[in-house]
Amino acid sequence: MDQVKKNWWKLTGIVLLLYVIVGGLLFDVPQLDNLLQSIRSIYFHVGMWFGMIFILGVGLVFSIRYLSTSDPKDDLRALSAVKTGLLFGFLGLLTGMIWAKFTWGAFWLNDPKLNGAVVGVFIYLAYMVLRSSVDDREKRAKLAAVYSIFAFVLFIVFIMILPRTATFSIHPGIESNPALVPGDLAAEMRPVFYPAMIGWFIMSYWLYRIMFRVSVLAEMTKELSENKKTEG
Amino acid sequence: MKRFMHKSNLITLIYKDFRLEWRNKFALGGVILYLISTVFVTYLAFDGVIEMRTWNALFWLILLFAATNAILKSFIQEGENRQLFYYPLTNAREVIGAKIIYNSALMIVLSLAGLLVFIAFMGNPLQNTPVFLANMLLGTVGLASVLTLVSAIAARAKNNFTLMAILGFPLVLPLLLMTIRVSELGLSGGSFAAAAGDVLIILLIISIAVVLSVLLFPYIWRE
Repeated sequence: MDQVKKNWWKLTGIVLLLYVIVGGLLFDVPQLDNLLQSIRSIYFHVGMWFGMIFILGVGLVFSIRYLSTSDPKDDLRALSAVKTGLLFGFLGLLTGMIWAKFTWGAFWLNDPKLNGAVVGVFIYLAYMVLRSSVDDREKRAKLAAVYSIFAFVLFIVFIMILPRTATFSIHPGIESNPALVPGDLAAEMRPVFYPAMIGWFIMSYWLYRIMFRVSVLAEMTKELSENKKTEG
Repeated sequence: MKRFMHKSNLITLIYKDFRLEWRNKFALGGVILYLISTVFVTYLAFDGVIEMRTWNALFWLILLFAATNAILKSFIQEGENRQLFYYPLTNAREVIGAKIIYNSALMIVLSLAGLLVFIAFMGNPLQNTPVFLANMLLGTVGLASVLTLVSAIAARAKNNFTLMAILGFPLVLPLLLMTIRVSELGLSGGSFAAAAGDVLIILLIISIAVVLSVLLFPYIWRE
C-alpha cells in the first residue's frame, strides 16, 4: 500500500497513456482531406513537444536553484532534465517526420515550427558539448547553469516570434498554438488529447527521475574509483 | 591606482577596452581583414550575379561570423591574472556592462566597414537607406549583447571559435531573423512605419539579453 501511496502519480501516468493508446487508435476522429487517419498522430507527436518544453522548464528551475545553492545534485537534476528533453525532442522530430511523410509527402519541409524544434535541439546539444569541454566539476556546473538559463529564455522568445517571421506554414494555427485554443480542436478529439498531454508530462517527469538517479549512481561510482586510485 | 578608478567604473572599463584595442591594432586589423576577405570570397563565388534577398542574407551571415570572431576575444585576450586584478577594483555587473557597450561600439564600426566593402564588391541595392542603416545598427548592437555572455562562457571553458559558434548561433537566431526581415524592408524601400512592430521585438530581445547577462555574469566571473 505504501508503494501505491508513494507512486500514485506514476500509476496515473500509466493508466492515462494506456487509455490514450487504446482511445487514440480506436475512437472516432474527424475525417479531413489529406490528414485522414494520420490525424491520430497528434496524441503522440504533439505530446513529445509538450513533454520536451515541460521537462526543459523543470531543468530551468534546477539551473536557477543551482546558482543559489551550489548543490551538485541540483546540477545533476538540471542535466537529467536536459537529457530527457533531448530524448523527447528527437522522438518529436522522428514522429513528426513520419507523419509529414504520409501527410505532406516529404520527411522534411522548410517550416517555422520544424525550424523552431531543430533550434531547440541544437541549443541543448550545444549545452552537452559545453559540459563535456570543462573538467572541473564546479566550474562546469556554473557555466552549464548560466548557459541553460540564458538559452531557455531566448528559446522561448524564439518560439513566440517564429510565427511572425514566416508568411506561410504547413502547420495549422500559424498565429498561435493550435490544439490549445478552445474550439480549435475537434470536440471528439478532446477526451483523448488532454489526458494524452497530462500523461506525457508525467512520463517525461518519471523518465527524468530515473535519469537523475542513474547519474547520481554514476557520479558515486566515479568518485569511488577515483578514491581507490589515490589510495592505491 | 586612485586615478585609474576615479571616474565611474563603467566608463573607465570601456575606456580601458578601447585602449587595449588601440594598443593591439593587429587584432582589430585581423577582424577587418577577415571581413574583407569573406566578402571577396563571396564576390568571386557568386560571380557578381546576385539578387536582393541573397545580398541581404549573405551580408548578415558575414556580419554574424565577423561578430562571433570579434566578440570571442573580448574575454580571452585578457588573461586570468588580469581578472584577478579587477576583482577588488570593480564588480561583475560593471565588467559585463562595459564589455557589452564596448562590443556594441566595435560591432557598429565593423558593420559600417563591412557595408562599405560589401557595397563596393556586390553592388548597392539600398532603396531606403535610413531604415537599412538604423536596422543595421540595432542588429549589430543586438549581436553584441547576445554574444558577449556567450563569449564569457566560451572563454571560461577555455575553448575556441567552435564552442562559441555552437553556443551562440542558435541563440542569435531570433534576433537575426527579425533583423534580416527589417533589413529586407530597407532594401526594398519599405518605410519606418512598416518596420515598427519588428523593431520593437528586436528591442525586446536586446533588453532581455542585456538584463540576463547582467544577472548571470556575476556567477561565472569569479572562479
